[in-house]
Amino acid sequence: MSAGTKEREPLFSAKNMKLIKTPINLSNPITVQVLGICSALAVTAKLKPAIVLTLSVIVVMAVSNVVISLLRNGLPPRIRIIVQLVVIASMVILVDQVLKAFVYDVSKQLSVFVGLIITNCIIMGRLEAFAMGNKPWPAFLDGIGNALGYGIILIIVAFFRELLGSGTLFDVQVIPQAFYDFGYKNNGFVILSPMALIVVGVIIWVQRFYTRELIEDN
Amino acid sequence: MYTNGYIFRYAAIMVIIAAAVLSTAAVMLKPFQERNMAIEKMGGILTSANVEVVDKEATIDMFNQYVVEAIVIDKDGNVVESIKEGSKQDGTAFKLNMKKQLYLKSKGEDFQMPLFLIEKDGVQSYVIPLWGSGLWGPLWGNIALKDDLNTVVGVTLDHQGETPGLGAEISRADFMAQFTGKEIFDTDKNLVSVAVVKGGIQSKPEHMWPHGVDAISGGTITCNGVTDMLKDVLECYEPYLKKEN
Repeated sequence: MSAGTKEREPLFSAKNMKLIKTPINLSNPITVQVLGICSALAVTAKLKPAIVLTLSVIVVMAVSNVVISLLRNGLPPRIRIIVQLVVIASMVILVDQVLKAFVYDVSKQLSVFVGLIITNCIIMGRLEAFAMGNKPWPAFLDGIGNALGYGIILIIVAFFRELLGSGTLFDVQVIPQAFYDFGYKNNGFVILSPMALIVVGVIIWVQRFYTRELIEDN
Repeated sequence: MYTNGYIFRYAAIMVIIAAAVLSTAAVMLKPFQERNMAIEKMGGILTSANVEVVDKEATIDMFNQYVVEAIVIDKDGNVVESIKEGSKQDGTAFKLNMKKQLYLKSKGEDFQMPLFLIEKDGVQSYVIPLWGSGLWGPLWGNIALKDDLNTVVGVTLDHQGETPGLGAEISRADFMAQFTGKEIFDTDKNLVSVAVVKGGIQSKPEHMWPHGVDAISGGTITCNGVTDMLKDVLECYEPYLKKEN
């Protein structure tokens, strides 16, 4: 079969869209694969850092996936992990530098966690499992999908933790002063990391309630 | 199969490309990052003297408006440089590296120290930048003194990586607020600085109360770092403070 007669797959075919949708729900990195928990606990006390970290992870994952996918044919298998690490590390340093230059206070809040994107198992996992064997466009979508699946959970957790723990959203007070006058108190416990794990647990429970495929047979 | 030569060439080229990309980015973004750091430093100086910084973008203007004099002193307390007009962030006082000057001091060599005179609503205060070390890394901040050069108006403290929840609590507002109203000279005009006292300042004799604040439980080494930092830095200013007083 010559190349001319082969019909090109549309960019947003159902198969490609599945690459984005699956990791958001059915194979969500946090709630189903239970990866990247460390940063999910650490940066979710406030919404703003959670969103900035999400955006950073999206950039790092999408670009690393595409780069590794482009390199996949000439890449000597013996040094593939090193190459993947160099790509991820370079991307993370770039993102860190950009954050320091343009959103300095957020970058101070995130402190080590931007650097720790390197060790986020989701990223290496996707490079090794997907980008090494697929074309750049699907690899790009897969990267976006997984980073989104990770980020959505981060943002949901951060929403509840900031609301219940500080009574604010994006540092703007949303719980009316009248509540406090009646004796309502911010729940300091929600600010601590263990509570993030409980929120993640509740999300897993809700997700499984609505997604029958995830429930094991026995 | 890939030959060893191919693998080495591959790795070498990859590393060179990565290095080129990263160094280009670092050089291009440096001016923005330095501006952010300068703004943060100015914010600290202003905050310690109770000048509230609301808008980050306006910090540089506010700095030049409220700082009426940027002074550099030497180890005998003589004024070496004094800028009263124009942009004070370009002067030596703002650019001096505290770490290096304190190193020179520890070697017994000549050193220079910065001092900022801030005037707000007719009230003058002297801001002294601080630099020291905590448990895991450097500590820094500012201490503002009233025009009697004795009473503390306020401090700001910051750190690179003290233990969250323990040592890192030094940068909390309620810890820093304890310093307000403390005195760095005793009644005999000896420099005693302000100490962070384990077990609480109330556990000490009453004449020491103006010279100490309560430490943080579990953050002893960081708190001792703050005590040492204040003492070490204020010693450099002792000749100047005594001369002016």
